[in-house]
Amino acid sequence: MMLIPCPFCGKRNESEFIFGGAVGADRPDPNSVNDAEWVEYLTVAPNPLGPVQERWWHARGCSEWVTIWRDTRTHDIVEAPDDSE
Amino acid sequence: MQKYSVFSLARNALSGHRNWSRAWRSPPLKDQYEVVVIGAGGHGLATAFYLAKEFDITDVAVVEKGWLGGGNIARNTVTIRSNYMRDESIPFYVKSVAMYEGLTHELNFNMMHSKRTMVDVVQTWPKLRELRRRQLAMDIYGSTYEQISENELRSRIPALTGGGPDARLPVICGMVHTDAGVNRHDAVAWGYARAADALGVEIHQQTAIQSLIRGADGHISGVETNRGTIRAKKVVVAVSGHTTTLTETVGLKLPLRTMNLTAFVSEPVKPLVDVIVNCPDSGFYFSQSDKGEMVIGGAPDMGQSFRRDIKQNVFEDTVTAMLSLFPSFKKLKLMRQWGGHLDIAHDASPIMDQTDLPGLFVTAGWWGGYKAIPAGGLTLAHLVAKSEPHPLMSSFTLNRFRHLDFVMEAGTTTAR
Repeated sequence: MMLIPCPFCGKRNESEFIFGGAVGADRPDPNSVNDAEWVEYLTVAPNPLGPVQERWWHARGCSEWVTIWRDTRTHDIVEAPDDSE
Repeated sequence: MQKYSVFSLARNALSGHRNWSRAWRSPPLKDQYEVVVIGAGGHGLATAFYLAKEFDITDVAVVEKGWLGGGNIARNTVTIRSNYMRDESIPFYVKSVAMYEGLTHELNFNMMHSKRTMVDVVQTWPKLRELRRRQLAMDIYGSTYEQISENELRSRIPALTGGGPDARLPVICGMVHTDAGVNRHDAVAWGYARAADALGVEIHQQTAIQSLIRGADGHISGVETNRGTIRAKKVVVAVSGHTTTLTETVGLKLPLRTMNLTAFVSEPVKPLVDVIVNCPDSGFYFSQSDKGEMVIGGAPDMGQSFRRDIKQNVFEDTVTAMLSLFPSFKKLKLMRQWGGHLDIAHDASPIMDQTDLPGLFVTAGWWGGYKAIPAGGLTLAHLVAKSEPHPLMSSFTLNRFRHLDFVMEAGTTTAR
């Protein structure tokens, strides 16, 4: 069971949250990318063996959206990697 | 290949079972093959077998990081069925179910196939509408789905005592899929391995792929392993959850996410349930194995995961759902639990195609790919041998992402 840090409620049980997806690339301007780049933006999500940035919705709590880094190998909530923005 | 039969059994009994030949060889690793298949699981071994049998390509190496048949083929819940939703999906799974039924004969290996029917317990009206829609689509392709009343459902599954009129989700009716069955997962892996080996395919266990190699001509040129470089003009990736991990070694991105799906088994009890029970509204399914254990599965973990074990809250949710319909199972002790990581595209349909790196083939996105092993291996062998998709799989190429022409599949798993 993961304890996800919520800015209002503190560390709360994973079962109070709904998974909101991995944080992907920012939406490009559709006019400035070609079809292949647009399709990649639409369909390819980060799938790393290691830390991934993702959003969780505290749906059964305060309704806040929380962004965390989580290690996909262990489910540990981790610090943002150094090379991330 | 030493043929297994009642006569060979008797002959070997006379010599105290000391003279059985090995089921497959462990040949030395060569540095070049015509085809390298990564992953000695169901799909990898089946692909190697059909490459040799149907297309006479026998210079094939199946390389496996761990041991043969130790990945998701050892971690699934052995449900074989064809109750899918889409015109593209149903004929493929009908073919796969039919191939499974003849597999014992084809591979001369007892699959312990038990065509025991799957029964869906329907508890909401939207689910009933969806399943009846699936029934109409399945009728076209010769797969069977039939609605039965609540009374008939409870008489077929006497242990189903929950879900009465006062329950949060009262049982409405059942849907019966008579084509469904279970078999023995180890036999599938071992049977394909033995039959492929007999046709000349080499199987190399304990051989981990470190990276794929992109040749100077822009084609795939081989793989880097912990036992050295293997050159090959054609490489097949059949590794389930680690597909993107491997393709990213040559900078290739695929529209796949890796998730963890879990299962657990109870202690063995006397025969109690003779069908596969699927409860899509409650979110669990189970069948009773030949040994008497209840084999139980539920929803996947939220979020991507490469962790192959079960989370306490997923386990508790599944057990709670199960006890709401089968309260007598409260007395069962649970013995083992495990997880397997598998990858999924967002339309929940598989991907089988040659990638943008010529010569590199992937078979991925198989959520519940156990039932797809025979037809998946046959169609992938066709693709590798002829470089064009098999008609049954032509809708499941990477083109559907390029043209946003998805096959949104509702029949993939109970968990979606």
